[in-house]
Amino acid sequence: MMMSASFLDPLLISIVAPLAVAAAIGLGLPKRWSLRLAYLGFGAPLLCALHVWWHFGAAPKADGYAFLTDYATGLSRLGIELRLGVNGIAMPLFVLAGIVGFAAGIYAIKSTAERVKIYVMLLLVMLGGLMGVFASVNLFYFYFFHELALIPTFIMIGVWGGRDRLYAAMQVTIYLTLGAMLSLVGLIAIYARSGAHSFDLIALHAALAREPLGLLAQKHIFGLLLFGFGILVSLWPFHSWAPLGYGAAPSSAAMLHAGVLKKFGLYGLIQVALPLLPQGAAPWAHPLALLAAGGNVVIIGLVTMAQRDLKQMIGYSSVMHMGYAFLGIATGSALGIGGVVLLMVAHGLSVSLLFLLATCVHHRTQTFALDEMGGLAQRTPVLAAFFTAAIFASIGLPGFGNFWGELLIFVALWPFSHLYTALAVLGVILSAIYGLRALARIFFGPPTEALARVSAQFPPADLGWSERIPALLLLATLLFIGFFPRSLSRPIGAVLPPPPDAVAFVQP
Amino acid sequence: MSPSLLQTLAAGNPWGAIWPEVALGCLALALLLLEIVLPKRAHPKIPALAIAVQVAVLAGVLLDFHSPYLGHETFNGLLRHSAAGQAMRLFFILSSILVFGLAQISLAKQTMPRIEFYSIVLVVAAAMMLLAQSAHFVMLFVALETVTVGLYILVSYCRTNARTLEAGLKYLVMGALSSALLLFGIVLLYGVAGNPGLPAHTGFGLHYSDLAAFLAANPHNFLASIGIILVLAGVAFKIGAVPFQIWIPDVYQGAPTPITAFLAVASKSAGFAVLLGLVRFAFPAYGWLTTPVLSAMAGATLLFGNLAALTQHNVKRLIGLSGVSHAGFLLLGVVATVTVPLALGAVYFYLLAYLLASFAVFAVMVHLAGPDDADQELEHYAGLAKEDPFLGGVLAVGLGSLAGIPPLAGFVGKFLIFVAAYRAGLHSLLAIAIGCVVVSIYYYFGWIKVAYFDGARPATELTPRPARTPVGWGARCAMLGLALASILIGFCPGGFAQWLRW
Repeated sequence: MMMSASFLDPLLISIVAPLAVAAAIGLGLPKRWSLRLAYLGFGAPLLCALHVWWHFGAAPKADGYAFLTDYATGLSRLGIELRLGVNGIAMPLFVLAGIVGFAAGIYAIKSTAERVKIYVMLLLVMLGGLMGVFASVNLFYFYFFHELALIPTFIMIGVWGGRDRLYAAMQVTIYLTLGAMLSLVGLIAIYARSGAHSFDLIALHAALAREPLGLLAQKHIFGLLLFGFGILVSLWPFHSWAPLGYGAAPSSAAMLHAGVLKKFGLYGLIQVALPLLPQGAAPWAHPLALLAAGGNVVIIGLVTMAQRDLKQMIGYSSVMHMGYAFLGIATGSALGIGGVVLLMVAHGLSVSLLFLLATCVHHRTQTFALDEMGGLAQRTPVLAAFFTAAIFASIGLPGFGNFWGELLIFVALWPFSHLYTALAVLGVILSAIYGLRALARIFFGPPTEALARVSAQFPPADLGWSERIPALLLLATLLFIGFFPRSLSRPIGAVLPPPPDAVAFVQP
Repeated sequence: MSPSLLQTLAAGNPWGAIWPEVALGCLALALLLLEIVLPKRAHPKIPALAIAVQVAVLAGVLLDFHSPYLGHETFNGLLRHSAAGQAMRLFFILSSILVFGLAQISLAKQTMPRIEFYSIVLVVAAAMMLLAQSAHFVMLFVALETVTVGLYILVSYCRTNARTLEAGLKYLVMGALSSALLLFGIVLLYGVAGNPGLPAHTGFGLHYSDLAAFLAANPHNFLASIGIILVLAGVAFKIGAVPFQIWIPDVYQGAPTPITAFLAVASKSAGFAVLLGLVRFAFPAYGWLTTPVLSAMAGATLLFGNLAALTQHNVKRLIGLSGVSHAGFLLLGVVATVTVPLALGAVYFYLLAYLLASFAVFAVMVHLAGPDDADQELEHYAGLAKEDPFLGGVLAVGLGSLAGIPPLAGFVGKFLIFVAAYRAGLHSLLAIAIGCVVVSIYYYFGWIKVAYFDGARPATELTPRPARTPVGWGARCAMLGLALASILIGFCPGGFAQWLRW
């Protein structure tokens, strides 16, 4: 059942390579070599992710997990060992982490940040943690790698952040620790109650399938996990850290956090909470849907419309899109959850693309204030084209991955509740309004006086290669998923119990 | 005296069983002798020599870890040798070595005689080792008093500093009070156990296992309950648990920094070793009493430590109050040991992680402190990471581990304690502990924030900043070792656990 441990395991390489490069930089490698080696640190996870994606279908699987390997850490008696493997839900997110990590990394290496060596090192630690989160089958390491990825975020916001960085760094850290602690107690509760004597997800699943927990216990533990993970994914009303943090974070950190790390909470709900506590979800479905539809989608949607700061707007919009993901989870149907996984990947790509492009805009206008921009498209047509595509993707137009995710969620939501479906569709209109308005403000119309002054001082150049390559990579993946969703939906569908209508919709 | 009596005495007193303690005691005397014999210019080398000898003792205990005395009682039941006891021996020798290292740096800024300081530290460390292995109230009390009296001297060692004197006086008064409570409790227990009117009465009520047998036969004796509570109170003073925590901030601030570290790590751990011994071997029949008392203490200690630490500006007070909160986490583990065997390993693991992290932080502190040892403010750390990235990095690892952030050892310690507490069904305490972890992030990361993000303000006359000591290569190696150990144990926590065989 288990494959032997091998050092050519792509999952292990994807975790160890960035951490090893980070360690080398931390131990005092000179700057020139550090940055060269960093390409390896960011590139290896990307190659591993693509390798895993390519070979996933044909790879031998045990309990749905491919590339399953064990590495002893000596706490086997407590059921804690480093067990790596990916199933159909983990694989798309693993790929997402590899791609966004590479894009953010390339951008960071080429950026003009102060002390760029340390910046890149922290980003590598974060990437190593992220790859570990989605490759871990053991819940201990699942949590462990998440926290490992979280620490660099704090430091990066505090040192390289923009406005209010110290306040933002402390608030993000305290909020996220609270969420992580709640979910940790939930995970410990599952471990202690299951009788599996193991944090291994496969063993827990088997033990709980034989002897499910009592209804009340399931309900309480699910609640702990829901709010713990919910805080990490900025469930309304626990979202206030997100726009603040993203507004202050440097671009590569925001890309990795909003794009990938934030998905940890949703991933935990889908991979851990729902399968292990199937009956615990039902009592929470309606409260969750209410918070998500009323709070995240409608209220935050309106708040997003009122934003005057580009980065804050993107931050709020990412909070809003998480509402769709919670709605999909609330339906509890395979169709909805499959949609959530697709949306997580697509949103991760589109939001990191937006953060990247927002920083590109800032370099050319020296401001994030939407009122002070305008007419940038004449000077930078390529940037404008990329930005337009990113906004379209984020609205959920067909052709981009987000479309499939949102569509599946809406379809699954209709039998669950007509009202929430209506609210969710209203959200699409809201996001079209703020997205298109921002687009118009930045790129079209006459340039403002302030902008004209800045342009005279720094003539705005179009996107350079260090900006084009990451943007192109993210956009191409979005389009690939948009036109060929089956590449991801088939592995996802293989894990979820297949209802008949799901298959018809997903296959193009 | 007949030869047979001598033989019996020799058979009952296997001095070989306590060779590490004997070695440390002899070393303490040898240091005093060396000071007289050696010429004055050789004096600075004496502590280094002592460190070398201690490292040899440490290696010896490691080699002799599975000694033939394990699982046996020696000295007519005064001592009980166990794997946990061996681990605590290593722990205290390691603490003592590290305190020597801190003192080398810290005392260089003072004008005090040096060698006595080191001698007393050695004696206290040896007494702590005996304390952790005691199985008899006489042993417990004698060892505890040796520790406490030694610390009275050490706390007020810099006798020209007013704050130090204040700290010494406070520690003396509170320590005497707690010793009195402990002694009164012991006497009550001994007296009630010897009452011929009660079933299973015994004349050996000072011995843990005889007392446990008596208590098991009288599970609800009023006098015995009072005695147990008094004994627990005496121990609570050592570990700094609420309501006996009140001395901590002042004493930690006033004591020389190496002694603050000694108090925070070794003295606290000795208290926990005693507490575990009492709860497991002496009072198991009174779980109905000890569990709620210790639970209440744990909850109050967690809340007090974290909330009080929030507002501190002096790092010594901050670390003292954060140490109170660590005592709360450890108490949570101690309460869980009653029902969950796993908790025992969790407590020892936590202590090890706490030792590594605390000494890393203290090592940074002694480098930043000036001649006035009590004056160590948070603002002195501004700009540390930019000016000295090495000290900044060690500080971040130490504080991160104390805060319980993965991948550092402190996280695994907290995690194991939480698992044990959940299994033991201590849900409300666990909720408090979780909240406290979140609160603690604020002050630990606040410290990191000052060191990393705040720009250094130039020292002015109104806000003088003590000059930093340059980091020597020995200190550099030690600090690197502490930081790396915290990281490695976090990534691969099993090695320590397997070796302890729990």
